[in-house]
Amino acid sequence: MDQVEKILETRELNVNMGPQHPATHGVLRLVLDLDGEVVVNVTPYIGYLHRGIEKLGESLSYFQALPLTDRMDYVSAMSNNIGYVVAVEKLFGIEAPERAKFIRTMVGEMSRISNHLLWLATHALDIGAMTVFLYCFREREWILELFEKICGARLTVTYPRIGGVRNDVSQEFLDSLYKFTEEFPSRILEYETLIDQNRIWLKRTVGIGVISAEEAVSWGLTGPTLRGSGVPYDVRKHAPYDAYDRVEFDVPVGSEGDTYDRYRCRMLEMRQSNNIIRQCIEKLPAGPIMAEAPKLVLPPKDKMMAVTHPDQKHAFFIDEKVCKGCGMCLRACPAKAIFGEKKKPHKIKQEFCLGCMNCYVTCKFKALKIIPGGRGLGDEQLAELAKQPIPEEITKATELLAEHFAYVKRGPRVPEGDLYVATEVPKGELGFYFVSDGSGKPYRMRVRAPSFVHAQVLPRLCIGHLVADVIANIGTIDIVLGECDR
Amino acid sequence: MAVVARRISLYPAGIDPKEIAEKIKERFPEEVVEVTEFRDQISVIVKRGKILHICRYLHDDPYMLMDHLQDLSAVDWRGKKDPRFEVIYNLYSIRFRHKIRLKAQVPEDNPRISSVVPIWAGANWHERECFDMFGITFTGHPDLRRILLPEDWEGHPLRKDYPVEGPGPEKEWHGFVEVLSKAKELKPFEWEE
Amino acid sequence: MITTEGLINFGINVVIITIKIAIVLGVTLLHVAYATYFERKVIGHMQVRLGPMRVGPHGLLQPIADGVKLFFKEDVIPENADKVVFYLAPVIFMAAAMVNLSVIPFSYNFVIADINIGLLFVFAIAGLGVYGIFISGWASNSKYAFIGGLRSSAQVISYEIAMGLSLVGVMIMAGSLNLTDIVIAQQNSIFGIFAIPQIVAFVVFVIAAIAETNRTPFDLPEAESELVAGYFVEYSSFRFALFFLGEYIAMFIMSSLGAICFLGGWTLPWYITRVLPFLSYVPPVFWFLIKVYFFIFFYYWIRATVPRYRYDQLMAIGWKILIPVALANIVITGLVKIIL
Repeated sequence: MDQVEKILETRELNVNMGPQHPATHGVLRLVLDLDGEVVVNVTPYIGYLHRGIEKLGESLSYFQALPLTDRMDYVSAMSNNIGYVVAVEKLFGIEAPERAKFIRTMVGEMSRISNHLLWLATHALDIGAMTVFLYCFREREWILELFEKICGARLTVTYPRIGGVRNDVSQEFLDSLYKFTEEFPSRILEYETLIDQNRIWLKRTVGIGVISAEEAVSWGLTGPTLRGSGVPYDVRKHAPYDAYDRVEFDVPVGSEGDTYDRYRCRMLEMRQSNNIIRQCIEKLPAGPIMAEAPKLVLPPKDKMMAVTHPDQKHAFFIDEKVCKGCGMCLRACPAKAIFGEKKKPHKIKQEFCLGCMNCYVTCKFKALKIIPGGRGLGDEQLAELAKQPIPEEITKATELLAEHFAYVKRGPRVPEGDLYVATEVPKGELGFYFVSDGSGKPYRMRVRAPSFVHAQVLPRLCIGHLVADVIANIGTIDIVLGECDR
Repeated sequence: MAVVARRISLYPAGIDPKEIAEKIKERFPEEVVEVTEFRDQISVIVKRGKILHICRYLHDDPYMLMDHLQDLSAVDWRGKKDPRFEVIYNLYSIRFRHKIRLKAQVPEDNPRISSVVPIWAGANWHERECFDMFGITFTGHPDLRRILLPEDWEGHPLRKDYPVEGPGPEKEWHGFVEVLSKAKELKPFEWEE
Repeated sequence: MITTEGLINFGINVVIITIKIAIVLGVTLLHVAYATYFERKVIGHMQVRLGPMRVGPHGLLQPIADGVKLFFKEDVIPENADKVVFYLAPVIFMAAAMVNLSVIPFSYNFVIADINIGLLFVFAIAGLGVYGIFISGWASNSKYAFIGGLRSSAQVISYEIAMGLSLVGVMIMAGSLNLTDIVIAQQNSIFGIFAIPQIVAFVVFVIAAIAETNRTPFDLPEAESELVAGYFVEYSSFRFALFFLGEYIAMFIMSSLGAICFLGGWTLPWYITRVLPFLSYVPPVFWFLIKVYFFIFFYYWIRATVPRYRYDQLMAIGWKILIPVALANIVITGLVKIIL
C-alpha cells in the first residue's frame, strides 16, 4: 500500500518563470509552485539588472549622477530626472525659475502618458489583446518624437537640470504638443472601445489581484497601484513640487483594489495628464530657464560657448615665468600638444592644438594665456600678442568655463545635512534620500524606487490564483526592472 | 468597478514634525539621542533597542497614524561617527500629511536591529536590501536573504570600505568567472586578442 | 476474379485519385503559405501598420522566404528530450491534419474519398491530432511545453464534444454523414443553407472550431505571455514548421467543415440564384473557397480584437454553456423533425 501511495504521490510542479520571459517585463524571475494550474507559492528573485546606482552616486558629483537616473526607469526617464533634480534643488536650497517649473511639469506629464501607454500596451498584450499594443505605441511614438524635439533624445533624455532645464522650448514644439493634447483624448477612447467593456477583459481583470486599502498602504504601494485600492495618496497633491500647485487636476481613485480598478485609474490619469499639459502650455510664463545661483547650477552655456568654442581659433601660450612645470596641463591635453620636462616650463606645439581649453582650465598657476584668433601663428608672434591685455568678455567666459569644469568634476559646495524628497513618477512615489557631508558628492544617495516596493507584493497577489493571473498581476503593478534593481 | 477622478480633499496638515519629535522624546526619554533639523525635515536619532516600540507607537497612535513607510535604508558612517551604522526610517501619515525621520544607531561589532515587518509589510524587501548592502541583520524578519546580489556574494557593497569598482579581478564572483570561461570556450574567436 | 477491364478501371482510378491528391495537397500547401501572409496583412491593417512589405511587391514573397528560412535553420533538439517521440510528434500532428483533406468535397464530385461517414471521419482524425500535441509536450522535457500539452489536450477534448453535438443537428436535418450529401440536402432545403434553421448550432460550432484549432481567444496551449509558445516551445527549424503547417491546415479543415455543414458548401441558396441567375455560371469551387475564406478572415478578425480567456473560464464556457446549448439544440431539432 505504501508503495502504491509512493508511486501515486502528487507534488507541485516547480516552474521557473524568467529572467528571460516575454511577460515578466524585463528580467524579473519568479519561481512558481504550481498545483495543476493553481499557484501555490511564488518567490520573486530580482537583481539581474543591478548596476549599483546608489554606490555610483556616492562617487559622482551631483551633476554627474543625473544621467544615471535615466537608466533606472527607462520607460519614464523624464520623471526620474525630475525627481532627482527636485530633490537636489531642495538640498542645495535653490528654486528653479517659474518657466522651468512649468516646463518640467509639462514634460513630466508627457512622460506619465508615455509610461501609461507602454504599461497599457504590454498589460493588454499579456492578457492577449494584441491590437491595443500597437495602438498605444502609435501615440507613444508621437510623444517620443516630441521629446526628441526638445532635447534630441527619445528615451534617456537627461533634459532637466539642477536649477532648471537644459533647453528652452520653442513655439513650434508647443504648437505640436498642443495638437497632441487635442487629439489624444479621442485616441484613449479608441483603446477603450477595444477593451474597456470587453467581456473577456472584464473576466480577466475584475476581482483579480485584489488588495484592500489598509493592506496596500502597509505594503508601501504608491501611485495608481495604491489609488486603485481607494487611497487618495498622490505626492503631487500631498507635497506639491514644480508647478503642480498651480495647475488643476483630479486624482482618479478606485474602490475595489483589483486589476480592473487599477487599469481604470491609469486610463483616467492619462486624461488628467493631458489636461495638465494643456494648462502648462496655456500658463507657461516667460523668463529664464535656469536659476541664478552661481556655483550651485551650471553656468549658462551660451555665454560660455560663444567665446570658448574650439571653432573660435584661439591659441594658448605658456608664460615661461609663471609656469612651474607641474605637468598638469600635459596630462590634461587630449591632443598631446604640450611637451616639456618636469619642473621646467612647458611648451605648446601649436600645430597640434585643438583649442579645447583643457590645459587652460587645469592650470593652477594661471600660466596659460588665451590669445583670440591666434591659431596657426608662430611662437614669437604669440609671445608678442600675449603681452597685450585680453578682452574682458573672454576672461569672463573662461572664468565661467573653469567654474563649469569644477562644478561637473568636483561638485558644488553643499551644506551638511540629510533630506528625503519624494516625487510622483508614473509608477508611484520616487524618493531620493541624500546625506550630504559638505563635499560636492553625496555621502549617501538612496533611491526609493516604486518598482522595488511594488514587486514584493507579487506573492501576496498571486498565491491561490491561476498561472494566467500571475501575468495579469505582473502587469497591473507596473514594474520596470531597471528601477527595481537600480 | 467604480473609479472616479476626484479632487482630493486634503486634511489640514497634521502635527508639526518638531512636536512629533517632542512627543517621542516624552514617551521614550531614554531612547532619543538627538533631534536634528535640515531644510524643515526633522530627524530623530534613537537607540536601536526599542525601535519596534517607537515605530509601533508612531503607527498606532491615533494622532500620529504613520501608516506609510516611505523608505527604509541605512547609512555607513565609517570613521566619522560612532556607532558606525544608522538605519533610516522615513515615515509619513497619508491621513495627516506629517512626516518624521527616525535614525536608529547600529554598532559595527553587533549589527542587529529588530525588524519592522510586523508593522509595515512593505519593509520586507527594504530590510533585505539593507542586509544585502550593509550587512545589518534584522531580527524577526521572516525571510532575511540577499536580494539584489547572488546568495554567495562576499562583502556588503554599500559599506564605505567596499571599493566602487568591485572586489577586483582576483576576487571576482565565481558565477561570473564561470560564465566568462564558458563564453571563451564556446566562442573562442570572439576572445582572441 | 481479376479481369483486364477491372485492372484498367482500377489503374484509371488510381491515376485520377493521385492527381486529385496532388492538386489538393499542392493547393493546400500553397494556401497555408499564403494564409500566413493573408493573416499578417489583415491583422497588420487592423492594427494600423502595413504587415510584410519588403520581400517582393507588397511582401508577396514573404511566405516563401519564411519557408526557406525555416528549412535552413539549425534543428535544435533538447538534450534530455525523448528523441524518438520528439521526432514523431510533429509528424503525427501534421498527418492528422492532412488526412482530413481527403474527405472534404471542394466541389460536386471533387473529393478524394467520398465516404459515407465523412463527418465522423473528420472528428476521429482531428481527435488524433491531440496526440501530436500531447506527445510533443511530453517529449520536450520542458515544463512549459508540458503544461501547454496538458492544456491543449483537455481543451481539444472538451471542445470536440461541443462541436460534435452541434453538428448532430445538421446530421439530423440532412439524414446523412456523407459531406456531399449534407451539401446536397442543403441545396434542396427550403432555407438553402443550414445556418438559418441551425443558427444555435452554427454559433456553437464556430466557437468550438476556434477552440479546437487553438486560436485566439482560446489559444491557451500556446499562450504567449505565460507559456511562451506552449507545447512546441522546444521545437525549431522544420519541425516547428510542421506544427505551423498542421495548425493552418486544421484551420482550413474547420473552415471547410463550417462552409460545408452550415453555409451550403459549393452551392448557392436557391433564392440567390433566382434573383441573380448569372451567378450560377460561376464555377462552384469558387463559392466554396469564398465561404472558407470568410471563416478564415473571421478567425483573424477575432485574433486582432479580443484578449485571451483564462484556462478555467475556457473550460467553463465549454462545459457549462456550449455543451448544454448544443444538447438542447439536438432535442429541438429532433422534435421538429418528428413533427414535420
